[in-house]
Amino acid sequence: MEIIMSILSGILFTCGIYLLLQKQLLRVIIGTGLLSHGAHLFILTMGGFPEGAPPILKEGVEFYRDPLPQALILTSIVISFGVTSFLLVLAYKTYKTNKTDNLEELRGTEHE
Amino acid sequence: MSNFNNLAILPILLPIIAAILSVFLNKKTTMTKWMTGIFVIVQSILAFSLLAYVLQNGPIILEAGDWPAPYGIIIVADELAMLLVTTTSIIAIAAAFYGFKTVHAKEQKFYFYMFFHFLIAGVSGAFLTGDLFNLFVFFEVLLMASYGLIILGGEKQQFRESIKYVLINVFSSVLFVTTVAFLYSVVGTVNMAQLAVRVGEAGQSGILTTIGIMLFVVFATKGAIFPLYFWLPKSYAVPHPVVSTLFGALLTKVGLYSILRTFTLIFGHQADFTHQLFIILGVLTILFGVAGALSTYNIKLIIAYNIIPAVGFIMIGIGVYSVTSLAGAVYYLVHDMIIKAALFLLVGTIIAITGTSDIRKMGGLIHRYPVLGWSFFLSSLVLAGIPPFSGFIGKYLLVRGGFETGNYIALIVALLLSLLILLSVFRIFIGVFWGEEAEQEKSKPIVSTTGYLAPIIFLLLFSVVLGVGADYIYPYIQYIGDTLANPSYYIENVLKE
Repeated sequence: MEIIMSILSGILFTCGIYLLLQKQLLRVIIGTGLLSHGAHLFILTMGGFPEGAPPILKEGVEFYRDPLPQALILTSIVISFGVTSFLLVLAYKTYKTNKTDNLEELRGTEHE
Repeated sequence: MSNFNNLAILPILLPIIAAILSVFLNKKTTMTKWMTGIFVIVQSILAFSLLAYVLQNGPIILEAGDWPAPYGIIIVADELAMLLVTTTSIIAIAAAFYGFKTVHAKEQKFYFYMFFHFLIAGVSGAFLTGDLFNLFVFFEVLLMASYGLIILGGEKQQFRESIKYVLINVFSSVLFVTTVAFLYSVVGTVNMAQLAVRVGEAGQSGILTTIGIMLFVVFATKGAIFPLYFWLPKSYAVPHPVVSTLFGALLTKVGLYSILRTFTLIFGHQADFTHQLFIILGVLTILFGVAGALSTYNIKLIIAYNIIPAVGFIMIGIGVYSVTSLAGAVYYLVHDMIIKAALFLLVGTIIAITGTSDIRKMGGLIHRYPVLGWSFFLSSLVLAGIPPFSGFIGKYLLVRGGFETGNYIALIVALLLSLLILLSVFRIFIGVFWGEEAEQEKSKPIVSTTGYLAPIIFLLLFSVVLGVGADYIYPYIQYIGDTLANPSYYIENVLKE
């Protein structure tokens, strides 16, 4: 299970980085979304998948899943939500003011 | 006793309260200014008294919610963290009072003060936390505030540069989370003290060194170290001068502090590989930073490039890894935070007076603004490390530490390159202040610079005290170097074994 999940998050990272290197702004943002998915799956995987119940205290249950990675992922998801929504609005405003969404054309010049 | 421990949270809590209040007061600019002024002053008085207490009685450990150390979140106000929080609060005072005068009324209404306070809260939190994931959260707090500040004003070039700044930080944050996951799966904790114990027990095998280097890459992106500095100069040159001041003085230093902390506390067991790498990268960082600073005529960009060589010096200090060089790195860190803030404010003032940032279009400012000119002269001397100022003592400690451990070549190269730092700032001094007054300048009325100059002189005062009063300050810095070189001090204080 861990191996499959590692390969999956590896694929997500690969696609994310490929999209980050594109010229179009929106593709880059989709890339960051895939990257954070990869990272969150990865945290879950690194916590391990032992047999166990969901981490809610109940009588008669002996083994639980590790609750810490789940809390970490939840925090990280909310943060990346915030950043992604900011990034989308920023991309929209950049497109509006600079009249382009091509990162090649968004290079700075010395004389402006 | 345990009630007193709670004071350690105040350097984080006060700015957060101030930020929340300034959300509600955003239209009442005068009131927000008063509130901000009072909060930053209270914060720095508090930071100074906590620093004095910590230097006398040892670190304050605050266990949030009374959960014992490895299980809950802890706030560790040790000597180094408190020193940096105090420096942060000094810079916050200068930046706030400079901001009152220079930030446009419209931007002040658009939550400038909220972002400002959240930035200070994030920086103080990152210095004080004793938990790796909590460090990530505080990084995000300060980064989100910095995203807000970097686009404030909404110029074309601000949008263009900030999108790169945000993207590079999103990427390094994802990498940070991934690294924490790796570390958690290998050692099973995210508490720094317990990490240090377990990594020590495992003898820092291959996988742990790899994770250490991954963590270094994350912090090197935040701290602008050689191959990962490319995003910094332009994104620091576009925002408002106050924002550049906060960024230049605080943000890269948080990355450096994290490297200093993790590689003295947790990953100190493979020093012949990791720390040798730091020395090489440090020298290259200085080289490329100086080359950048000499390559442009834009004064704000010159100062932004000058952040990079300072980072290199501190990296060499960490890489040499002896008590003296760690003390030197800490001294240089504090010195550099203050002097970079002063230089960004000075450059902001020059731009406000002349209306341009091109050296070639300026000249002869010393005739009309002598105080500004001489403060710039003084701060370039401090930056370049001319005795008896603070830059000299930091570099002297680094060099002594390097020679004690036999790293001659790296330090000689670093010293030679630091001459070029002097050249790069003197180019500004000569171009802007000497010579004939530019034609379009003669017709302009003299701008009153009192409000601009007061925060700058305030910072320079600290800088000069740091250098001239080194006799009094040095023993404390040496003591901090001692505690850094000896990780068991931190571990015993936190885990109370």
